[in-house]
Amino acid sequence: MSLSLDDVSRIARLARIEISPAEATHTRDQLNGILAFVEQLQAVDTTGIEPLAHAVDVVQRLRPDTVTETDRRDDFQAIAPETEAGLYLVPRVIE
Amino acid sequence: MSWEVVIGLETHTQLQTRSKIFSGAAIAFGAAPNRQACAVDIALPGVLPVLNREAVVCAIKFGLAVGANIAPRSIFARKNYFYPDLPKGYQISQFETPVVSGGGLTVHVGEAEKFVHLTRAHLEEDAGKSLHEDFHGKTGIDLNRAGTPLLEIVTEPDMCSSAEAVAYAKALHALVTWIGICDGNMQEGSFRCDANVSVRKPGAPLGTRREVKNLNSFRFLQQAIDYEIQWQINEIEEGRQIHQATVLFDPDTGETRAMRSKEDAHDYRYFPDPDLLPLEITAAWIDEVRSKLPELPQAMQQRLATDYALSAYDAATLTSTREIAAYFEAVVAAAGTANAKLCANWVMGELAARLNRDELEFSASPVSAPRLAGMILRIADGTLSSKLAKEVFESLWTDAASSADTVIEARGLRQVSDAASIEPIIDAVLAANTKSVEEFRSGKDKAFNALVGQVMKASKGKANPQQVHDLLRKKLG
Repeated sequence: MSLSLDDVSRIARLARIEISPAEATHTRDQLNGILAFVEQLQAVDTTGIEPLAHAVDVVQRLRPDTVTETDRRDDFQAIAPETEAGLYLVPRVIE
Repeated sequence: MSWEVVIGLETHTQLQTRSKIFSGAAIAFGAAPNRQACAVDIALPGVLPVLNREAVVCAIKFGLAVGANIAPRSIFARKNYFYPDLPKGYQISQFETPVVSGGGLTVHVGEAEKFVHLTRAHLEEDAGKSLHEDFHGKTGIDLNRAGTPLLEIVTEPDMCSSAEAVAYAKALHALVTWIGICDGNMQEGSFRCDANVSVRKPGAPLGTRREVKNLNSFRFLQQAIDYEIQWQINEIEEGRQIHQATVLFDPDTGETRAMRSKEDAHDYRYFPDPDLLPLEITAAWIDEVRSKLPELPQAMQQRLATDYALSAYDAATLTSTREIAAYFEAVVAAAGTANAKLCANWVMGELAARLNRDELEFSASPVSAPRLAGMILRIADGTLSSKLAKEVFESLWTDAASSADTVIEARGLRQVSDAASIEPIIDAVLAANTKSVEEFRSGKDKAFNALVGQVMKASKGKANPQQVHDLLRKKLG
């Protein structure tokens, strides 16, 4: 699998990244290099091997169901770009 | 030209834990914005989710209650999408290996019985809330709900009408509240359904489905599905194609409409969450949870029908919630199995009606189970006629200190059943109503009932009606 310049432009638009035609060509070559590497990985025969969910072979520790957190809204909101009435404000997400 | 409807439901049930699924923040409803959103919930850098044991217990309980397979090992995955009320940029969910798979629910649609198969049920976290009004062109974000534990329960496309879908949703609602994993409060969003609806010609392959999101009442579920079915049929019959879409139901218009389209097809780029290790559920743990599981509604229904000789309808009504079931069992325990049918009638009838009128739960009934049982015993032994019992019940309802016996004594409500007391009343009534007596003798049965009514009236309702009947027949005979 390899990407065309159109694919790269589309991905850039979805990610809201502005790229020049020169950058698009460069990025396409880099991405195609990565995809070629993935193809190499995919060529390995993994028949009969259980999928790995985590690199460490231990199981999840569980937490007792108790409320341990206190209200720290003021601290958190002190570093937020904009807040009002206890809410975090973000650019409008619906038209 | 007939159409076949295919419906599958996905239900998000909010689990009844104290803290969130991956953090120690509280999940109480109605807190001020962001007061219950900790560093994990708002996704500050460097935080680590740790799974809440109780959320897993809820999932195990559910799996056991629907006869499903509980995965000895399941995996949490990241479901990636971008939205401001999802501050991490992904939702922690389960993808390839859910904690519960298979099983199902028997539901009743009118007279018919149907088994709805479940595909899976998986644990995940809820997102926050976006408020789009009132912030001078900006959107306000409240992350209190972010990280609330959910069990998403997914059915096979087994239902073929809105009635079946509603019956399933009601049965599921009854079950999750019965086993105590969800409070079932639909208004507060604790139990919300998404319906996948498609239509096809009988025998044809499945049609393209559209998903109606976030239906938070049984009525909306039914309306949304009915509208969607009709809309899809019209589209196809007018030569248009159905496109897979997510749609919203507008309760004001009763219509569904497609949400703003995403720029491309969904690609959630699921992958195992490296922050969480595989969840292991041992057989011993499952056994422990099983031992604490209450008797399930279906099993209880059968037991009530068998042990107390109740009809299937009575048994189903009395097991519609755990509260009514517990109340009924307490009444029968005090009034005796022999009076079970009488207990059932009073619990489902007079008491349920009064509770309903005053918007009370069975657990908050002003008439406790032992007090109701006390009255039922007086009906059973003939002290009270059903008419007098209603008067006694009224007193029990309004006066918490009263018992059936004290009310009967204080108000002289004891039913009069001995002939020596009733006969003089009958004689007086016969003497005063010679016209009715003549009518009866000339063959008018109605006149007899009029006489019974007069005797009951003269006794102020206390005479045993059966006794009055018998004595009157004898005297007129």
